[in-house]
Amino acid sequence: MYLAKIHVSLKPSVLDPQGVAVSGALRHMGYKEVSTLRIGKALDLRLDDKGLSQAAAEKRVKEMCEKLLANTQIERYEFTVKKVKG
Amino acid sequence: MKFAVLEFPGSNCDHDAVHVLGSVLKQKVDLVWHEQASLPKGVDCVVVPGGFSYGDYLRCGAVARFSPVMQAVQAHAKRGGLVWGICNGFQVLTESHLVPGALLRNKDLQFLCQDVYLRVERTDTHFTNRALLGQALRIPIAHGEGNYFCEPDTLKRMEDQRQIVFRYCDANGSLTDEANPNGSLGSIAGVLNAQGNVLGMMPHPERVSEEALGGTDGKVLFESALHALTTK
Repeated sequence: MYLAKIHVSLKPSVLDPQGVAVSGALRHMGYKEVSTLRIGKALDLRLDDKGLSQAAAEKRVKEMCEKLLANTQIERYEFTVKKVKG
Repeated sequence: MKFAVLEFPGSNCDHDAVHVLGSVLKQKVDLVWHEQASLPKGVDCVVVPGGFSYGDYLRCGAVARFSPVMQAVQAHAKRGGLVWGICNGFQVLTESHLVPGALLRNKDLQFLCQDVYLRVERTDTHFTNRALLGQALRIPIAHGEGNYFCEPDTLKRMEDQRQIVFRYCDANGSLTDEANPNGSLGSIAGVLNAQGNVLGMMPHPERVSEEALGGTDGKVLFESALHALTTK
């Protein structure tokens, strides 16, 4: 089994009103050091490793990100793929 | 003329669109379930309605894009057929890359359900030929993710190609920050594709197409589509 950990977040050029609101709340709570907060999505994807090399798995995950998991007009993504016990 | 209104799990403005097209405009209209891989024969215009297709999971419109019926809609658009996305339908069209840009969360994070004014920026389109240039149409919005965004180079290209059809304005047609309910870039409320046969818009014209429902400013857009199809 492969475990792909994918992180999708809004591009730096895109305003994240949720992040702005929550970072404001943190500052109001007394965490004055809070500068910015960006909220993203964490996706844990498990892949059957039968006949799938590490490189092929990474290629497939990249495709999934490009096609569906991220909207690359407004979001960026990064991921890691690791072999794990089923 | 023949219209098709798509129906995804979670669509909730599909019957409103069918009502306006069928009962008010007296046109042929079919509801088309998302699992159908083809459109009914002879369809002139496809309406992608409002709602929460597939629960708006992942991103609004992201999952609907890959439904079988959307592959048929892509082909219909490529042939030059009219496609009209309203609210969630606009989100589906941006995710499908049928119109440029994306719809982000509203700037104040709130779901907005209110009447707004739209300034008609063009009247030489399939969807606005019965409206007046600069006219302020009063049409409701109902969305949480209607904050239009695109990269600066895309915006420039759209401005150059006159793809922006509606902007949020006040009752006099002026563009102000207060009249832009969701923080949309350039107060953009509706855009065309480069070919001009695909329109995406956040407001709901199907909700104001009869006096009994409080207004008819939306009807002019349906009449425009009909006019475009009958005179082509």
